[in-house]
Amino acid sequence: MTTSALIMIVLTQGTVITATIYFFRKVLKAPSSGASDSYSDNDVKKD
Amino acid sequence: MAQTTESWGSRVGLILAMAGNAVGLGNFLRFPVQAVQNGGGTFIIPYLVSFLLMGIPLLWVEWAMGRFGGRYGDHSTPFILDNMTKRRFWKYFGVFGIFTNMGVMAYYTYIESWTLTYTIKSLKGDFLGLDLAQLDTFFNNYVDLGSGVNFPVWAILAFLVTLTINIYILSRGLSAGIETVAKIAMPLLILFGAFLAIMSWTTGSTGRCDDCSTFIGLNFLWEPDFTTLANPKIWLAAAGQIFFTLSVGMGTIHCYSSYLKQKDDIALNAMAAGWMNGFVEIVLGSAVVIPIAVGYLGLDWVIENAGFMMAFKTMPFLFDQWGSVIAVISGVAWFGLLFFAGITSSLAMGTPFMGFVQDEFNWSKNKSAIILGVSILAMGLPTILFFEKGVFDEYDYWTGTVSLVVFALAEVILFAWVFGMDKGWAEINDGADMKVPKIYRPIIKYVTPLFIGTILFTSLIKPLNGELSDWSTAWNSLLSGNGWPWATDSIINKVFHLDTGVIWWENDVLTDMFYIDMSRYFLLTCFFVLVAMVKAASNKRKKRAL
Repeated sequence: MTTSALIMIVLTQGTVITATIYFFRKVLKAPSSGASDSYSDNDVKKD
Repeated sequence: MAQTTESWGSRVGLILAMAGNAVGLGNFLRFPVQAVQNGGGTFIIPYLVSFLLMGIPLLWVEWAMGRFGGRYGDHSTPFILDNMTKRRFWKYFGVFGIFTNMGVMAYYTYIESWTLTYTIKSLKGDFLGLDLAQLDTFFNNYVDLGSGVNFPVWAILAFLVTLTINIYILSRGLSAGIETVAKIAMPLLILFGAFLAIMSWTTGSTGRCDDCSTFIGLNFLWEPDFTTLANPKIWLAAAGQIFFTLSVGMGTIHCYSSYLKQKDDIALNAMAAGWMNGFVEIVLGSAVVIPIAVGYLGLDWVIENAGFMMAFKTMPFLFDQWGSVIAVISGVAWFGLLFFAGITSSLAMGTPFMGFVQDEFNWSKNKSAIILGVSILAMGLPTILFFEKGVFDEYDYWTGTVSLVVFALAEVILFAWVFGMDKGWAEINDGADMKVPKIYRPIIKYVTPLFIGTILFTSLIKPLNGELSDWSTAWNSLLSGNGWPWATDSIINKVFHLDTGVIWWENDVLTDMFYIDMSRYFLLTCFFVLVAMVKAASNKRKKRAL
């Protein structure tokens, strides 16, 4: 591969992989607001 | 209006479903071919610029509009748009958000059914030992090419099976149906894609020809040629790819987002789903088709033959070069990932209609799903029976290309200029788990509408070939009285057949143009049926309000 192609692939794919991991981690680490939300998994199950 | 009991099961499930909506066949088949045809590595520059200036703003706008509409119990674009303004005509623009999905789903499910058939055939080892000519013959027989009007019995059966799977999942609802599928399909898709990408990166030189190496394929895909950056054709192609890949301008994002509550985050969710789609496209999508094909068939062959059909007519042959065991695994991984990519998108396309009829006509989930299925069958059959006449491509052009741009332009104008940027910006930031960069406020208001408007305008009047020099040639031609040299795919030329004239009958047979024009009228009829349904729903609302 040529140097310019290598630079393009490393820069582009590096940016995309970093951004994907960054935002997904941020979602997983985001604290629950405590307020009622849309996600039924969070709901208190009534027997 | 019915009060929905639907909701997403979990935040990760929502993001996977949104990413699944965006990740489709285009990530693996359209993106690398577009890159090859538009400057290789240079293509990524206008692609990323379009993502930042048009893709991300549209994601935020659509997520915000959807959640805003959900607050009023609306889950499809006609009444989501209607709630944002006092001017009643906007709801008819919202019809695009249902029509586009049904039109695309009609032909997309057909391709999805090919991937299902090819997955099963790969698993059975039916493609082992076949050369390119035999694979070509197999595909042509499968879709019954060469017979004028096509009647592919097995392909129609596979289409019915695939459609039934879609309808069954949709009838299960948001959390039990769509979200469950996304949670299984997305990780498997990434796993299959990663396996094929690693196979591609580690194959290297095969010795089949002088330039038969996957590295040469990767180099071809990524080496920049900056002289092509001034070419509007490349910018148009890159912006078009962003539309396709993010599924913006369709109405699916609004629909999924409308099941959120007011304080749920949308800013970070949109970024997580959008970048995950980018990962699948740029990292995995670019690593499979083109590099492996160059590895075994050489660069010249790929330049000459790069296209959508390589997925079916070429890939099984390439996998076969890795030995029979890996060929079966790779075949299942490839067609399996395409099937997963397809079904997570087609399910999203079904939801706006489901949301609309459940909200407005109180139809049950089962009834809505069955009527959707019958409608998609009716809309899809012409693309199968008249595939060879160009009806399939015609659907793709109007519903999968033009409609997206028209609706995206309308919605961003509504959001930024009619609803207003003050309210719009507050809506995006409400409940946000990330700080939305302030620069995006003027971008959404000025840059994004201008960007999309330019795409629409240039698509309307695109001159022959569409290269930079062709624009000046075209203006000179017009000014000197010789008329405008229309590109065959410019919208105005397509509508009026300016380059050829209307020819429906030639040598005592109906021409392809006849079938193409009939399919247009059919799509137009479908659009107006939806307009009538929106009008009926609007009248019902007025009566209830009295």
